[in-house]
Amino acid sequence: MSTLVLYLALAMAILMLVGAFVVVVTKDLLVAVIASAVVDLVLAILFYILQAPDVAITQASIGAGLTTAIFVVVVRKTKRFEDD
Amino acid sequence: MSEALRTFFSPQILGPEIFYGSSVGLFLIGLYMILVKKNLVKIVIGLSFIESGVNLFLISLGYVWGKTAPILNKPELMKEPVKYAVDPVPQALVLTAIVIGVAVTAMALSIVIVLHDKYGTLDISKIKELKW
Repeated sequence: MSTLVLYLALAMAILMLVGAFVVVVTKDLLVAVIASAVVDLVLAILFYILQAPDVAITQASIGAGLTTAIFVVVVRKTKRFEDD
Repeated sequence: MSEALRTFFSPQILGPEIFYGSSVGLFLIGLYMILVKKNLVKIVIGLSFIESGVNLFLISLGYVWGKTAPILNKPELMKEPVKYAVDPVPQALVLTAIVIGVAVTAMALSIVIVLHDKYGTLDISKIKELKW
């Protein structure tokens, strides 16, 4: 891991935490689901930086793809907006 | 820049701190969502955040600075894999944990759908009867 990759990892970690913060503050559940998909994709990039390419492939396909599909189906079958 | 700051910003020190810090931050955000949020879908998203944080923590524990992926495609890697490759055991564990996490999320979301059909709301403060 060179210094350039280290700064890329720092940027990806910050992007991941910002995505998680967007999930916390938004009232639209579809926006929350898309932001959690972004968090999972950035997590796959972090796994690849940490020299785990098989885990990165699995996280990007199953963690980001399949989980987001299930969440979108649930938001479609129930309510879209969080009422409080 | 002072000496202590320079040692902190050297890649060998800063590298693990980035990954440990971001995994703990993701874990804490998921815990906050489970404890505070009233919406059931948000609670399930917080559960999957906690899983992701624990996975990232395990993978970054197995990482060794400057070593390559545990794929034995070169002669020196085949001869002495411990000297050149990172620890493959946490990667195998996390690969299983991701798939189990998707199954747990799907199970929780099916319970959310049943609760919405029964009560017509996703707010957990309005779901008060324990009888189904």
